[in-house]
Amino acid sequence: MKESCKEYLVALAGNPNCGKSTLFNAITGARQHVSNYPGITVEKKEGFHRHNGCDVRLVDLPGTYSLTAYSLEELVARDYLVNARPQVAINIVDASNLDRNLYLTVQLLELGAPVVLALNMMDVAAGRGMRIDADELSRRLGVAVVPMVARTGEGKERLLQASVERASREASWQPLYISYGPDIDPVLKTMEEAIREKSFLADFYPPRWTALKYLENDEAVMKQGREADPILADRLRALADEVTSHLQKTLDTYPEAIIADHRYGFIAALLRGGVVEQDRKSDRLEFSDRLDRVLTNRFFGPLIMLLVLYGVYQFTFRYSELPVAWMEKAFALLGRGVESVVPQGLLRSLLVSGVIDGVGGVLGFVPLILLLFLAIAFLEDTGYLARVAYMLDRVFRVFGLHGNSVMAYIISGGIMGGCAVPGVMAARTLRSPRERIATLITAPFMNCGAKIPVFAMLIAAFFAAHKARVMFLLTLFSWIVALLMARLLRSTLLRGPSTPFLLELPPYRLPTFKGLLIHTWERTWQYIRKAGTVILAFSILLWALMTFPTLPGERRAFHEQARKEALASVPPAARTRFLQGDATGGGDAELEKARERLARIDRAESREALKHSLAGRLGTGLEGITRWCGFEWQVNIALVGGFAAKELILSTLGTAYSLGEGSEEADGALSRRLARDPRWDRLKAVSLIVFIMLYAPCFVTVSCIIRESSWGWGLFSIAFNTGVAFVVAALVYQGGLWLGLGG
Amino acid sequence: MSVVLLRHMDSGQQGVIVRVTANGELGRRIRDMGLVPGTPIRIQGRAPLKDPAAVRVRNFTLSLRNSEADFIHVEVEDSP
Repeated sequence: MKESCKEYLVALAGNPNCGKSTLFNAITGARQHVSNYPGITVEKKEGFHRHNGCDVRLVDLPGTYSLTAYSLEELVARDYLVNARPQVAINIVDASNLDRNLYLTVQLLELGAPVVLALNMMDVAAGRGMRIDADELSRRLGVAVVPMVARTGEGKERLLQASVERASREASWQPLYISYGPDIDPVLKTMEEAIREKSFLADFYPPRWTALKYLENDEAVMKQGREADPILADRLRALADEVTSHLQKTLDTYPEAIIADHRYGFIAALLRGGVVEQDRKSDRLEFSDRLDRVLTNRFFGPLIMLLVLYGVYQFTFRYSELPVAWMEKAFALLGRGVESVVPQGLLRSLLVSGVIDGVGGVLGFVPLILLLFLAIAFLEDTGYLARVAYMLDRVFRVFGLHGNSVMAYIISGGIMGGCAVPGVMAARTLRSPRERIATLITAPFMNCGAKIPVFAMLIAAFFAAHKARVMFLLTLFSWIVALLMARLLRSTLLRGPSTPFLLELPPYRLPTFKGLLIHTWERTWQYIRKAGTVILAFSILLWALMTFPTLPGERRAFHEQARKEALASVPPAARTRFLQGDATGGGDAELEKARERLARIDRAESREALKHSLAGRLGTGLEGITRWCGFEWQVNIALVGGFAAKELILSTLGTAYSLGEGSEEADGALSRRLARDPRWDRLKAVSLIVFIMLYAPCFVTVSCIIRESSWGWGLFSIAFNTGVAFVVAALVYQGGLWLGLGG
Repeated sequence: MSVVLLRHMDSGQQGVIVRVTANGELGRRIRDMGLVPGTPIRIQGRAPLKDPAAVRVRNFTLSLRNSEADFIHVEVEDSP
């Protein structure tokens, strides 16, 4: 097709679990990017596609069941439709669960949105003996209806064709008219006329829709109305109140309930008489039900849940070991390469200790993170995570939380690995501010993907024989602390009743390979990007903190003098060889001894230099407090760095120790170094792990907490979590010493 | 035929919703999920700690707490 074609804006709307992201991925493939809706943290995914010479910009709206303002997601979806006015709204529905899915469709149509209906999962519906007459449904609804299977891409081209055709018609928005019966219709008509007369909110909504929202007691629309025309808004409010009190007196019901009944009535009528036919009277979710009978069984359910979570650890650790070692080697090689090219001095130190060690420490764990995210995406996409929330809700309620808090915990790293940033955002599904804030504050206690590498390093150093088991215990421990702290908050600062729990348990599905990859890649990429930007900047900053101010001249001269003396003690022939860079030593005992002496001097100088630096002074200053937990200044520096991003703990420890210990073992793994260090032992390692697990969230997370709640709670999370970390770590360390576990 | 609260139904028991007395946010949420009068409902099972319950409505599975099920009145066959 040659004719030129404009860019069309197409919105994608649908219920959760109806295959919306599968369709989005199928259409846009890799051509998508993720941002946030302005001012809020709801993720906005956009993608591009060319169809027959037309550019399609596809915007993925948040998955919602309705367009009421029940949740932030619903509000976002609605606002986007009325403000951006897309040329087409593709509404994807699950054909095997048509009536509930159409509830959203009906509301989209009442709003007047130019809907194209994607009838997804036709294969599943057919497998369950359902026959759907798409043409008849299209005739009755007055919109294009395209049967399809998003998983296989079947029907995708037809859907795009129908969407482009609908967009090119550029017809104005035509709202659907539904009768709400004798109790509602008359007042609706009165309100509608008043709204039309004043063009009240006419730029956004059709008149009848606005009237309906007043009857439904929709706070967002009523607020908008008060700002636009307070007098009319009051009058509409009064009319709605009148009907409400009348209905309560006569029928003991609410307008909202009657409206919902009629919408479902409309849908029932729509599907009657040949649109949907059920062949056999079989239970169409038989397979899922049978699985549920085992997976959520009273006895086997929790057992299997623990096994599944444990399996995730085994999977990620076993298969990431080798690639992680490769990455480690590669960065060490790169460091040595730079050392051989760049002359000794500040620049080399910056490149090797600041940039390569810092970023390498983070990127080295990409294989681990990748496998973790893959495992979590698998659990999410199969529908098992929803069962975890279902099984754990009762437990969570005891601690003043909500079944949905499980999601925030798990995404933050509750199964190990994750990130508190999306975790904190996942807490948005919680409606009650009390439960949400309790979740926001405690979710960062989980072991996010950035803490894992530090734990892994310490475990490898001190508990090498029981890696998976120790990691599993650590996860249990973080849950226990998080839940207890949530309970504490909910019975003190955040006292109050709990919010509704209504969660769909989607049928079990085998996830698509492509979906898993895209899911995994998105999250891994976020992690890598952080390494390239924030973490790079902070590694350099920390390097500077650890380098400046440099040692005063006389101290440097002192060490130089010591070096000269050491060299002077070596016989001249050997000294010449040594100065020429003969590294073999040649079994010369004298030379060996001199070399050791020189190394000792270097170490002493580096240590002195680091202690002299800003970071060293800060770390030393804190030693008075942190010795209760058994931490020395090197650890303190790393913990300060960890506030910037937890990834930096590991790289800072690496830098602190390699700087402080001379460079002769610079490429030896940090873990081996600590294991050999006489000042380190198991008790200190445990105390450090516990502290890192619990102390202040990284600053990105804190900024998210601030966005999701307030400045006060953001700052509270820093103080509270660090306080908890200090108390618990000190208890562990002092208790351990008392029991004689130290040394 | 008799009307009982959803909370008191047994696993596997079926019925038809006759009344939803919840108002405001909970009411809206329940109705958005398709739990309106006239809808057949069946108890699929309960979580290991007896709460929440999983119910089958309109060809999908929904879980809700007992405290929320208390707002839903269901007409069931009298048990023999």
